[in-house]
Amino acid sequence: MADYATATSTGATGRRTSLVRRPSGRSRFEGAIKALLFAAAAVSILTTIAIVVSLLTETVAFFGDVPIGDYLFGTKWTPQFGGDQQSFGVLPLIWGTLYLTGIGLLVAIPVGILSGMYLAEFAPRRVRRVVKPLLEMLAGVPTIVFGYFALTFFTPEVLRNALGLGVNQFNALSAGIILGVLVVPTIATLVEDAMAAVPQSLREGSAGLGANRVQTAIRVVFPAALSGIVAALVLGASRAIGETVIILIAGGQTANLSLNPTESYQSMAAFIAATARGDIPTGSIEYETIFVVGMTLFVFTLVLNMISIRMVRRYRQVYE
Amino acid sequence: MTGAQIAARASRSVIPKAAGRDRAFAGFFRALMLGAIGVSVLALATLLYDVARDGVPKLSADFLGSFPSRIIPSNSGIESAIYGTLWLMVVCAVIVVPLGIATAVYLEEYADRTKWWNRMVEVNIQNLAAVPSVVYGILGLAFIVRGPLSLGRTVLAGGITLALLVLPVVIIVAREAIRSVPSSIREGSLALGATQWQTIWKQVLPGSIAGIATGVILALSRAIGETAPLLVIGAAVNPRFNPDGLGSAFTALPIQIFTWTQDKDREFVDLAAAAILVMMVALLLMNSVAIFLRNRYEQKW
Repeated sequence: MADYATATSTGATGRRTSLVRRPSGRSRFEGAIKALLFAAAAVSILTTIAIVVSLLTETVAFFGDVPIGDYLFGTKWTPQFGGDQQSFGVLPLIWGTLYLTGIGLLVAIPVGILSGMYLAEFAPRRVRRVVKPLLEMLAGVPTIVFGYFALTFFTPEVLRNALGLGVNQFNALSAGIILGVLVVPTIATLVEDAMAAVPQSLREGSAGLGANRVQTAIRVVFPAALSGIVAALVLGASRAIGETVIILIAGGQTANLSLNPTESYQSMAAFIAATARGDIPTGSIEYETIFVVGMTLFVFTLVLNMISIRMVRRYRQVYE
Repeated sequence: MTGAQIAARASRSVIPKAAGRDRAFAGFFRALMLGAIGVSVLALATLLYDVARDGVPKLSADFLGSFPSRIIPSNSGIESAIYGTLWLMVVCAVIVVPLGIATAVYLEEYADRTKWWNRMVEVNIQNLAAVPSVVYGILGLAFIVRGPLSLGRTVLAGGITLALLVLPVVIIVAREAIRSVPSSIREGSLALGATQWQTIWKQVLPGSIAGIATGVILALSRAIGETAPLLVIGAAVNPRFNPDGLGSAFTALPIQIFTWTQDKDREFVDLAAAAILVMMVALLLMNSVAIFLRNRYEQKW
């Protein structure tokens, strides 16, 4: 109300400029607020800087001890051993990560795309009202619960008993498939959004040419939403690559460079969580391995994320 | 052939055959999509069944009110884990709520998109949202537990780590809520002589509070289940005490669950299932509150 009073009194004296220019105390306050809010926004920048700095510092220290070529191209990852047996070739960890992610995506890509397509193009309102919350629930289940499920149910009861597979207690198949289930809601939701963003006129045009709804969905809507769908898959892949606990619990903790899905594997993220346990001495080579592997993982997910942001931008440009 | 003949022929042979095949394929494809939905539903159902089967027999008041034992499963409980999780959530909320809302307000109401630093903040937040949680654990270990902040393996360090982890979630949801307030509201307020901040404080924030609260609850329910970062910064294993302040050592529900899944004794593994049930009930309650808030207080413009 005070503002109103100032405005009218200055207005009455006819000094129009003071109506536009606000009293300086008030504008200083406004400026301070803006600065404060910007400071809050800067915290996220500082977080990124802190992540990169802490990863880089120890990574550089690590490469002081281990030649970079031995790290990037070595095929044996045995940092916990001593003497001659110790080796820092990261390929088994990268392979383990990609192998498990690959198994996961074999499940998550078809299931996620088909689910998203169904929700966007076909689901009656009643079905949607049930399925959407279920997917959200699945997305909200903590990953440790998926890990428990893979270890105590999927490996022993589904893979061993029901399917009769001779899998280890810790194996890539179980961890990978459950990893895929974890990613399904992410992919399904993003695919649904991408397809829902395709303008109705394209569907009407397709129907007008005599296509049925399935043909329209597959041959018109799907290609039109393709870049958004690819972005969804990339984001799903990046989520799977960074996932830790499922693999830690059900995938095992042995760095492995083979093709056998019944064996135990270790991923980059699972190695970090298995090795860093709080009491590890700062500056030891073990401590440094956490950071160099973390850096490698960070670069992987960053590249994938940049690709997905590009993709999303591209498909937004087309229809908005 | 006359046009009528062609039409007759077409309707007799060509079109019906193709349409028949198309219809069969359409039916097949619909079944495929329903099967895909079924995979998720089945996974969720068996997961809940598995956890309930293993965990329900272990649930009791004693389980909730005892400390974990390393030796005797039947004496073990999750009291220290429950208190640890509550402490972490309070610290996390106290940090993330003002920080998340302030950032969202800045980006939506103040930031000039043509300036490179504002675009950088935006892209940066998108990237942070996709950084694996275990990397936040590394940040916590190197920057918060040790290094510059050197807080040690404490409740405060754990809470800060989780807050940084879920900050992008809060920002993204809060921005959407703020964006949903129509600009006519802002223009009306400004036209009445309110300053920009008065407009935000008296109009925009009250109008978007339901959405923001939903985002905060979603973020906290993500923080509750996070295991990897707390493992990396070094949560306590099987502590027989509750945290007594910000500088205290702690464990949390997911850490206790993880510890028990690593045990060779099946009895301990079943305790993990019981702890999962407690955690899931907490999550369900939080999500119900979020849905209630959304339905009760969401503004329709």
